[in-house]
Formats: sequence, structure tokens, C-alpha cells
Amino acid sequence: MRVLDPTSEQKLNTRRPTARPKSLIGLTVALLDISKPKGDRFLDRIEDGLVAAGIKVERFCKPTYTKPAPADLRYEIATKCDAVIEALAD
Amino acid sequence: MKTKNEAPLGNFPDGLIAVVKEDCPTCSLISPVLEHLAEEMDLTVYSQDNPAFPFDTEWVVDDTDLRASWNLNVDTVPTLIKRTGGTETDRAVGWNRSSWEQLTGLNNLGVDLPDFRPGCGSLTVHPERIDKLRVRFGESKLASKRIEISELEDEHEALFSHGWSDGLPIVAPTETRVMQMLEGTSREPNDVVALAPPNLVECNVEKIAINAVMAGCRPEYLPIVITAIEAICNQNFNMHGVLATTMSVGPILVVNGPIAGEIGMNWGINALGHGNRANSTIGRAVQLVIRNVGGGIPGGIDRATLGHMGKQGFCFAEDEENSPWTTLSEVKGFERTQNTVTAFCGEGPALIVDQTSRSPESLTRSLAASLLKAVSTRVVIAMDGMLVLSPEHMDRYRAAGWDRNRFMTEIYDCLLVDSDTIIRGAGGIEDGIPADWAGNQIPKFRPEGLLVVHAGGPAGLFSAFIGGWKNGPTGSDPVTLEIKK
Repeated sequence: MRVLDPTSEQKLNTRRPTARPKSLIGLTVALLDISKPKGDRFLDRIEDGLVAAGIKVERFCKPTYTKPAPADLRYEIATKCDAVIEALAD
Repeated sequence: MKTKNEAPLGNFPDGLIAVVKEDCPTCSLISPVLEHLAEEMDLTVYSQDNPAFPFDTEWVVDDTDLRASWNLNVDTVPTLIKRTGGTETDRAVGWNRSSWEQLTGLNNLGVDLPDFRPGCGSLTVHPERIDKLRVRFGESKLASKRIEISELEDEHEALFSHGWSDGLPIVAPTETRVMQMLEGTSREPNDVVALAPPNLVECNVEKIAINAVMAGCRPEYLPIVITAIEAICNQNFNMHGVLATTMSVGPILVVNGPIAGEIGMNWGINALGHGNRANSTIGRAVQLVIRNVGGGIPGGIDRATLGHMGKQGFCFAEDEENSPWTTLSEVKGFERTQNTVTAFCGEGPALIVDQTSRSPESLTRSLAASLLKAVSTRVVIAMDGMLVLSPEHMDRYRAAGWDRNRFMTEIYDCLLVDSDTIIRGAGGIEDGIPADWAGNQIPKFRPEGLLVVHAGGPAGLFSAFIGGWKNGPTGSDPVTLEIKK
């Protein structure tokens, strides 16, 4: 029997996340709020801890948690920061 | 000299060619004429259903595999063809003495026969054969990769092993079946319908047809499947978010218009359940497209904590015949004569039982009390809902002369929530709306957020509500599109 492929037949590019840095000292860390309730509070606490440790922090926010982050936002984070912490929690 | 049972060829000799089948009265009628022509000229007769018809002789060639008939592009038997210099120079279809005499240059052909007799359909245009012949003779327009399943493999296990199934058996998408499926639409196989999320890859008619075959659809369902794919891939529906959310929601499809009756959809008994091929397979096909083309696989991008059985495919039709109200599609700006599909992002249905209310006012309050629980009593405005109003409940409104507008006005009055009762901490429940919303009456649904559809069996004082998901530009909005065949 011969059947037709029901998939897109496209070989998707898979990317691995950048390796975790051994230390955040001297790096800029993005804190990404995905707009879930209380995500900002969680990130406030993270920011407090990072700043106290002398680490530079940049805050970002997705317009909505229901859609992928806009390309411009991803680009901005990638160009300005070395690592990202994303708040998913309600 | 041709020999009996010679395989028909694509290159045909000069002279006369006749294509016949035994199961054709006209072909039997003109058999003496063929015998006469064979004596006078170089004649080859291709017989579609019996190699010994009309005569067991060397100039009658077995064409039961229809290769010659197909290559000669015959759609009626008998057909008489004249070839000169390697090309066809004349053709007569059916029996027409003057045409046959003109073509052959012979007079007094079949003088005992009537002047004219129409022929019969060639086996090459038989609906159940034509797609197989297209595949066999290499006229497929399909571009998808062909995958072999060996004879030693179990067909069903092989299909499962490719990861194409939603968990239930699927119909093998052979080329013939897919070509038959494509007969259901006028669109070309390579016509791109949408970018299918989550991988945002181009999804064309051919890929939808393949998945529709696997789901068990009939060709006449295909236009609905195609339109449903367009609807859920519309950015307002936000299929990516519907997949990725941990909430248990999926596309719910409501079909309006004459097509629902034409293809035998169910809007009556068990309308939201199983047992109807169109209802069951259209929704399933849509989900298979998202799985196989878009890459939306449970446990992958589909992150639903619990899911619901409607994610296997959830499609039903509105009962327009028995509804005294405007239909869902009319609310969305379409005419009743138009065929539409509405995609709504929703949970599984929950029953609303009210076997007592006789007045429309009481029933409306009762329905509203249940709708206030949709998703959560603490969720207001942010999520839409669908109310499926059953015939016996609808009878209350019919008898009282309420139209849809009256009903919507009355039920929205009953769907106002005292915000003090649902702020965080109220009633000893930590979940709720922020405290600064206190002191307000908040509608459960935004103005366009409650979709009301009429469906269900004739007996039973039960309706159903279907909770939605985050609405608006940051979530999913219902999308209604006209179905184009």
C-alpha cells in the first residue's frame, strides 16, 4: 500500500536554548513578564535579588500570554541581554 | 497483426478504432457494423468489459484494464475513431449512421439499424473508477510524498507508527482516496488555505484533503473542513494560543446553512455527541490538520492540563428549520441561504437542567444561573460562552413570542454579577477579581460574548453551556466564515 504524507513535510529548524552561564556577574539579565496575573510580583522579587547581587537587569513584558512574543520583543531581548528569566506563574 | 489479449498501447495505429463494452445495448446493436468494417478496413476494437465482445477474434482487443480507453479519452461507448498519420483525424460518438459513413467513407452502413442511437457511459468515467485510473495512468496532480507500507506490515499499526493519529484508527490516505476527496471542492490541490499553527507552515488543499481522508470524511464535507481551517488559523481565533494554553479548550465548529442538511449533519438528538459521520469527522479532520500540518501535538505545543473529548473533534449544525429565531450565522451578518462555519474556542459542554420552568422569565433566570458558573463563578467579562438551547426550552420562548433580541436583553439582565461577591477573598475564596472592582455590577459576558445556538432532540428540558477561553485581541474571538465549495 502506498499512502500520501499528511504532514507539512518540512524539516523544522530546532534550536537549543543558549547554555546557562556559570555566573551572572557582569551579565545583563532580561526579566520577561508574560502578562499573567502576579507575574510582575514574582519578577519584582527576582529583580531585587539580582540587583542586590550587583547584576544588571532589564524588564520586558509580552502584550499577552496567549500569543507568542512579538519578533521585535524577542530581538530586543536578544540584543540587549545575555540571559532571560521568564515568569509563567499565576 | 494484433493478437488476442494484447495489452493496449498508448500509441495507436492508423486506421479505425472502436471502443465498446458488452454492457451497452447500442454496442450490441452495432456489432454487425463492426464486423463489416473489419472486413473492409483496418479496424481495432477495444472491449472494456469482455475480451470476447462483440466477437472472439483477433481484431478485438482486451481493454478491461481501460488503458486504451483512458489514453483515447473516451467517455462514451461506442466511440469510433479514425487515425491518420499517427494522429486522430475524426471521431463519432454513439451510433449515428451518417457520422459513421462520413468517417469511414463507406455507404449503407447498418441499413437494418435505426439511424441514431445514443451510446452509454464509458467505464473510464465511472465515478468509482475515474480516480483510480488517474492514479494508475499517472495523471495525479498531488505533490505530497508517497510513503510505502509493505505487505508484511499491518496497515493500521503502520499508520499509528507514523504518529499521524489522534489516538483512534485512521483511514489510509491512498492517492485514490485523496483524489476522490478533492472532488468535493473546486479549489486546486496546491491552493494555500492558511498558515497552520503552531509551526506556521503553509497548509494547502491537498494536505487538508489527506487529513480529511484519514478522519473518515466524505468528499462533500471537504469545503467545511477547508473553511474551518481558515477560521481557526485566522489570527482573531488565535489557534496557537488555543493549543498552548493549559486550559482545556479547543475549536468548536457550528455549521449553518443548507449544506448542513445536504450532507446529513445532525442538529437533533445527540447533536453534541457521537453517531453522525459528518459531525464526527469534520471536527476530527480539522484537529488532524493542526496535528499533522501545523505540528500541534498534545504534550508538545498543546499543553492542556486536562483537555476534553471534544478536542477529538467537535462539530455540529444549528437546527434552523425548527428555530423561531435568527440563526447564529445571521447574527454574524450572513444570510440563511449562505453556508457558514463558526469556530468558537470552548470547553466540553455541560448540561443545564430545568424541567420545571414554564414561563420564559423563569427559564431565563434559570439558564443565567448556570451560565454564571461558566469557567468559574469568579470569571466575568474575560471569557465568552456558548448556550445551546434545546427545542423544549425554545418552546417556552416560542409560545411567549420572545425573539432572539428579547431573549438576549432579558438574559443579560440576569447575568449581572455583584462584584463584591466575587472579589478576592469574598466567601472565603482567595480566587476572584481585584478588590478595586468592588461596588459594581459586572456583566458575566461582554456584549457579543454569549453565542446562542438552537440544537438538540425534540424531548428533554435540557440545554447546554460551553465555557470559552480568554477573549478579545489578547485571546480568541469566534470567527465565522462563508463556506465556498
